[in-house]
Amino acid sequence: MPSFGADMADGILVQWLVKVGDPIKPDQVIAIIETQKGAIDFESFNSGTIKQLLIAEGDKVAVGTPIALLDDNNGSESSESSVTEPPVPDQTEPIAAVQTTSAGSRTRSGVIASPYARMLAAEHNVDLTQLQGSGPQRQILAKDVMTKPAGTQNSSASKGMRSAIAAALGRSKREIPHYYLESTVDVQPAVDWIKQYNRGKALEDQILINALFHCAVAKALRKSPELNGYYENGEYNPSKAIHLATGISIRGGGLISPAILNADKLSPCQMMEKLKDLSDRVRNGGLRSSEMSSATVTLSSLGERGADKIFGIIYPPQVALIGIGKPQTRPWVVDGSVGDGNIVVRTQVSLSLSADHRVSDGRQGANFLNRLSKLLQNPEKL
Amino acid sequence: MTPEQIKTVLEEELLELAPEADLDDLDTEEDMREELDLDSMDFLRLTLAVSKRLQVSIPDSELANIVTFNGMLSYLSEHT
Repeated sequence: MPSFGADMADGILVQWLVKVGDPIKPDQVIAIIETQKGAIDFESFNSGTIKQLLIAEGDKVAVGTPIALLDDNNGSESSESSVTEPPVPDQTEPIAAVQTTSAGSRTRSGVIASPYARMLAAEHNVDLTQLQGSGPQRQILAKDVMTKPAGTQNSSASKGMRSAIAAALGRSKREIPHYYLESTVDVQPAVDWIKQYNRGKALEDQILINALFHCAVAKALRKSPELNGYYENGEYNPSKAIHLATGISIRGGGLISPAILNADKLSPCQMMEKLKDLSDRVRNGGLRSSEMSSATVTLSSLGERGADKIFGIIYPPQVALIGIGKPQTRPWVVDGSVGDGNIVVRTQVSLSLSADHRVSDGRQGANFLNRLSKLLQNPEKL
Repeated sequence: MTPEQIKTVLEEELLELAPEADLDDLDTEEDMREELDLDSMDFLRLTLAVSKRLQVSIPDSELANIVTFNGMLSYLSEHT
């Protein structure tokens, strides 16, 4: 059973998408796994032929438990697939699974539900196993929960996601010596650029300022390896690739942070498509295991209706979280020196950094925020 | 399309985004984003969905006028 994040202890294999004898290749979705955050499409790390499926559909097993045997077509076999921690991005070989004698505790259940549907079901005390899903592969969507027939109340409707968040972030607060920095930045150039860009474009081709923020953060991280990587077993490993997790709130509570892979390589337009796509899949299912387990850093952007600023909690084993507050129009001094200068109205945001003091210091953090601010002054270059 | 049909389309698309919402309770003169806890991506999705279903183009200069339920309804009614 793969881990899709520091907050995952076990998962339910709800559906196999391959059978014994099938050839598989890396990145192929081979199973759907239900976690406390919803159904995730599990992508293989290996290539080979499926020799045996060790787990039946509906079984719940602990992270690390082998779920299938693979013949690698070179005469040896390996098990698919237990990464116990998120893979280091540059790594091409999977971390070998440890075959355990105990298969972990197994309970039968298993339904495929989107993260949002799962959240609604918990909130409204609905038993997901009684519902018919209308999504792909009969996945239960939010609307299925809200149009449930009478008599489906229950439950075991756990506050699973809340516990998962509590476990991961409790650990973070206990173990990571956080430090926090904040800068208020003039983002009027970005706002003006977006207005210009969107003018006359069809709605589906327009971009939101949040896409620019994601591009700027990802590009600013290129020169801050001390903020992008994993701290594990007392050691820090920076990542060359920038896989930027983006915090997406789930209606009614809860949060999910899928990663935008190689985010620094995307244009604002591509970033917007990616954000739309992720937001759709948080609602409707189809998040992939690579998106759930490979983030090297996280961005939490509060959006237009959020609060002024955010000082986030780092998601282990990452070492930094960047926060962006609500854009606001406020007075700003230009060309200013004391007794001189002009006050103008500009759109401003709070940029914050929560970082791990075991890996970086305030000066490095401040350099990052300054670089990020500069990038936002020249949005046409993003 | 009658105003009633347009209203139904808008309500259906709102419930697609916020299935738990009680639209009877919605203050139709208030910002729907506030009333229904829609973020900017949700609102974009709503605007896109209704404009596609009703074949109405919504220029970005109009976006500020359609954030209330009534505002959107009247824009759609005038342009359908």
